[in-house]
Order: sequence, then structure tokens, then C-alpha cells
Amino acid sequence: MPDTSAHPPHHANPRIATELQNIAPSKLEVHRVSKTFRAFGTGELVHALDDVSLKVDEGQFVCLVGPSGCGKSTLLNLIAGLDQADGGDLLIDGAPITAPGRDRMMMFQDHALFPWLDVFGNVMFGLKLKPGLTDKERREVAKFYLKLVGLESFMHAAIHELSGGMRQRVALARALAPNPRVLLMDEPFGALDALTRENLYVDLQRIWSQRRKTILFVTHNIREAVCLGDRVVLFSPHPGKIREEFAIDLPRPRNINDTALAARSATITAALKQHLTHKEEVSE
Amino acid sequence: MKTFLKRWAMPFLGLFSLVLLWEGLAIAGIWPSYVLPPPTQVAAYLWDATCVDGTLLPAVWVTLKRLLIGYAIGVLAGIPLGLLCAQVRFFRDSVGTLALGLQALPSVCWVPLAIIWFGQTEEALLFVVLMGTVWSLIIGTQHGINNIPPIYVRAARTMGSHGLKLWVTVILPAAFPNIVGGMKQGWAFAWRSLMAAEIYVTILTGFGVGQLLHYGRELNNMAQVIGIMIVVVVIGLLADKILFSPWERMLRRRWGMDIPGGN
Repeated sequence: MPDTSAHPPHHANPRIATELQNIAPSKLEVHRVSKTFRAFGTGELVHALDDVSLKVDEGQFVCLVGPSGCGKSTLLNLIAGLDQADGGDLLIDGAPITAPGRDRMMMFQDHALFPWLDVFGNVMFGLKLKPGLTDKERREVAKFYLKLVGLESFMHAAIHELSGGMRQRVALARALAPNPRVLLMDEPFGALDALTRENLYVDLQRIWSQRRKTILFVTHNIREAVCLGDRVVLFSPHPGKIREEFAIDLPRPRNINDTALAARSATITAALKQHLTHKEEVSE
Repeated sequence: MKTFLKRWAMPFLGLFSLVLLWEGLAIAGIWPSYVLPPPTQVAAYLWDATCVDGTLLPAVWVTLKRLLIGYAIGVLAGIPLGLLCAQVRFFRDSVGTLALGLQALPSVCWVPLAIIWFGQTEEALLFVVLMGTVWSLIIGTQHGINNIPPIYVRAARTMGSHGLKLWVTVILPAAFPNIVGGMKQGWAFAWRSLMAAEIYVTILTGFGVGQLLHYGRELNNMAQVIGIMIVVVVIGLLADKILFSPWERMLRRRWGMDIPGGN
């Protein structure tokens, strides 16, 4: 008879394992998740995720990297609660994810800001849905986050007046405003030019260290992933699977042009190329 | 100053030179004055009709009332029907398909049917205006709702918006430019169909500008015909400005765009 009180048993079902263990659950846990869907237009069956498992601890910055179509965005949507998995478990703080929640905010590649609201109105959108605050308090919170992303002087600007980088800053402020513990970022800087991106890397690292969020960051840019992440998780497509994981222990704040960082991303790029059976595009 | 010149003074001078040309042609006497009256004669008619015999302003009022009431009914019916078409398959297949078909029908074609159904009454004209308006509104609203970028809804859902709140704070505002586009097109159709109907049918309950145009022809009073045509242009332009410039300003300021499908 094993002594269960001293050594918590491993259990195939992570919910039962969590109940049996006496330690805090991972912030996020993805356990043997699969997802297939029919491609829009062609109607082809896409095996987006196949038996994917991942644990993310509180306050970690995890980058999911892989060529397009490898299911990394699908995984983000499942964690956001926007889609449902076909099989497996998705847990936040040990509780199953069934729907979107204020504890997880999402940022998209296309900023998804609402053009009918000004900058301030966009940041207020999520806050207005958060109970337990007066309107005055909400306004103060919104101003705080606009200041955090450096856009307090653009409070009343229209979205179409902002540059691409500024729009993503507003989107970041909007996602941060309801004070989620987890930030899900789906290639948020993919459409920006290199210089704007570099500024955002600096600011995102600063905000992450100040606000101690758990961040899941999807990108196909390995250099970006090495610059931002504590961990870089490699995906490969058809079907979407996690292939390998790298811990990045470079000192912070990191500079994307740093040589050690470049060397690190070169190793990971080489590893990814080995995992790819087809010739998919990966940018370094 | 320079923009004032460009925007107002130069077009005014351009138009004025055409009026001078017209005056010259009329005075030259190539055509008799019942075919081409000089602009001074047209101006004299307009002055008379406004200030002396006073037939013009009541007629303008009668026409505007018909237009605004018919249009308002069209908007109030068209937007909810468009929402139903966007949301419910059955409505899309039935009412939505009908709207697509009937939008292609010039609304003056409703006049014979309207007279048989309602007689020579106000209702007949309101019906024609309504038929001019409602299909554009249905199509504009349905199109607007069905073409919302899905990412807006996804973003709103991650922030905890759902149900009626999602409709009021995201879906309707996102569809707003297309709904205004439908309203503007519906307005243009309503105005054209009302003019056609007023010229075509004598309504005993009120005398609109279309009827003044019609009687101008009956009396061979070309100055009246041209004068009323000018009034129709001015009403159309003014109403368009008054009704749509607030929306237009809002779309420019927020979206940075013009009314879709508008001009």
C-alpha cells in the first residue's frame, strides 16, 4: 500500500490529480487536447490539435511557435473559451474552462478595436462589464492603463487616427484593464514594422514584470519568442502537435538585437526545421 | 479664403455662367418662350408662387409631410425586418429574397396597385414612398449585420459581453455604417418615387409639388415647370444634408469613412 498522504498519487485525470494533491494547481493546464474542424471554404477536415498537453505556471511568459496552420492559435482560442475542444481537458487554476472569462483576456493580430468608440471607450469596454466598480473608479482604472501603454494623451482619438503600433497598445490596455491573471496574445505584433515591434517588445517586457501576468504568446517569429518568453514551445502542423520545448534563461530585459539572443534563436530555428516534414515557412 | 473660393465661389460662378448662357439663348428667340422661357421668367414665377399667390409653400409642406411620414414608416419597419432576416433563416429566405427582388422594381410601378388598393388618397402616396424605402432598409440592415467582422464579436465575448448586451453594444454599432447606407439609399428611392406618384396621380386631399409640376405642363406654363424642377432639386439636396450630415460627420470622425453606397 503506497503512502498517499506523503506522495500524492499521479492520476490520469488531471482534475482528480488536482483534488488529490495538496499543492496549488498550475495556472493553466492543457491535458491531451484534440481539435478538428472543417476548413472554411474548402470544407477539408483539419486536424488542428492532436493530443496536446501543456502546463503553465503563474507569472510565466510562454511563447508558442510554429508555422501557420500548426494549431497554436486554435489552442489560444480554446483557452480563451471561444471554441470547444473535441477531447481532453483545459483547466485554469484547476477549474475546467467552458466559456470566456474575465480571468483570461485576449489580444488579436488584427487589433479588433471597436471603431465606434474612441480610445478611452475601447479601454472602458471590458471594465464596464466588470461588476463591483463605480463608473468613476472604472474611468480611473482605464486612465491608469492608458498611461501604462503610453497613450494617455490620445484618450479621445478615433481608432482610425492611430498608427498600427498605437492601435496594438490600445488593444493591450483594453486587455489589461479588467485585470485578468492570464493574457492570451495571438500574433499581436505580426502586422507591425520592425522598429515599432522593437519598442513594443521593450514595453511588453516592462508591463509583464510590473503586472506579473501569465502570458501565452503565439508567434511564428522565433527571434520574437526568444526575446519575450521564459519558455518557447515548438509546434508542428498536420496534425498540430507540440514537438519540443526550450527554456530561455537569458537575463531581462532582453534586446531583440542581442547576439546571445540571436544565437539562441538560431538553435531553435534549426530544431524546428528538423521537426518539419514539409517545407513550411518559418521566419527567424 | 482659398477654400471658400474653391468650394463656393467658383462653382457659383460656373453655374451663373450657364444661367447667363440660358438667358442669352432665350432672348435670342431661337425657340418660343413656352419652350424655353428665360431664367428671369422662371425667377418671376418662383417669386409669385412664394410671395404673391402663395401656392408654393403649402405644396412643399404637403410633399414633405408625405415624404417624411412614409420614410419614417419605412425605416421603422425596415430595420427590424432586416434584423430578423439577418438572424432567422426563414426570414432571410422569404422576406430577404423578396426584398432583393422588389428592390429592382422602380417604385413608380407600385402606383397603379396603390391607387386600386387605397384610391386617390394620402395612403396611396404613403404606400408608394414606403415601398421605395423599406426594401433598401431591409437589405442594408441584413447586409450590415451579416458582414460584421467576426473578430469584433470574439473580442467582445472574451471581455464577457453576451446576449442582448452584445447586440446593443457591439453588433448594432458595428452594422451602423451599412444601416445608414441603406437609409440613404432608401431616402433617394423614396424621394424619386413620391415625385413620380405626385405627377402621375391627382390626390384630392393635398396638393404637392409634383402636382404643381403636372399643372404647369397642363397650362403650358414652362416657367412653372422649370421653377418647380428647381424647387425639387433644392428640397432633395437640403433634406439630404439635414437628414444625413449628422451621421456623415459621425462616420467621418469615428470610422474615418463615408456612408457606404452613398454619394
